[in-house]
Amino acid sequence: MSRPQPEPVQVIKQRRDAALGALVGGVPYIGFLGIRFDRRGDELTAVLPFDEKLIGNPLLPALHGGVTAAFLEVTAIIELSWSLMWEEMEKGGPDPAGAGRGGDDGVAPGLRLPKTIDFTVDYLRSGLPRDAYARARVNRSGRRYASVHVEAWQDNRSRLFAQASGHFLMPLRAGSAG
Amino acid sequence: MTDIERIARQFMEAIPHSQALSMSLDRLEGGIAQISMPWDARFVGDPATGVIHGGAVSALMDTASGAAVMCHPEAPASTATLGLRIDYMRPATPGQRITARAECYHVTRSVAFVRVTAVDEDASRPVAAATGTFTFERAKGARA
Repeated sequence: MSRPQPEPVQVIKQRRDAALGALVGGVPYIGFLGIRFDRRGDELTAVLPFDEKLIGNPLLPALHGGVTAAFLEVTAIIELSWSLMWEEMEKGGPDPAGAGRGGDDGVAPGLRLPKTIDFTVDYLRSGLPRDAYARARVNRSGRRYASVHVEAWQDNRSRLFAQASGHFLMPLRAGSAG
Repeated sequence: MTDIERIARQFMEAIPHSQALSMSLDRLEGGIAQISMPWDARFVGDPATGVIHGGAVSALMDTASGAAVMCHPEAPASTATLGLRIDYMRPATPGQRITARAECYHVTRSVAFVRVTAVDEDASRPVAAATGTFTFERAKGARA
């Protein structure tokens, strides 16, 4: 009984990090807000480092409600895209077609992002002037539609400052008709 | 301009994030606010199409909604978003200005209700619409 030699861990890590980097780095608005993504295996945590320009109420001070909404929406879209990419990457072995390789313009070739249909945000407490974190969970991922839930916190994982859920229109997959 | 509107305008213009998104206050009176934002390459959400990120449109609609609450005739001391439900009807056309018009249509002792619509330069086909609930914090000593 023989099975193929497992790939070296560095090769796998590099491929996954490059794929995530191409996905996140291709979206200007993510860079504008300063959001980055930490990866542990397939699990992503979005990090929003505090910045003065994210303030919505200078008297408190508190994060802008729109920043919170945007942070949650970015997290949901990246998680959903990442879950699709991950599937392709794991199926495709060491060199999945296109996934993870940035084109000259920094955009992964063939990469289409899901589109938000609706997004509902609950503001649970005011966002403090410090770093924020978020994780999304894809509750349903169909051929055409997906439903995603997101939670955001600051100091304590169990004290959420906002949560959201939304529906997304899936990108057309290569090879699927119509 | 009434005192309420003047205070609301000062409040809105002091918001760092609204400035970061280059928002401008076009109209503010009696619980109605109109705020607009230029297209900017930094706010793009889909690099393949150049369409502005939904999150930036949400930030614009949230700001317009908060402004509508602040200029309501019952003059809150402060407000914060409780809930916001956004529907995205179509992508905003790249290069065009986005305008959000919000109306605070009802307030109770402690809650304000808002409807808001966002359009690009083709105002006949909305880009997004949202409804929001906001805290309505009355000045100390004010009677409901």
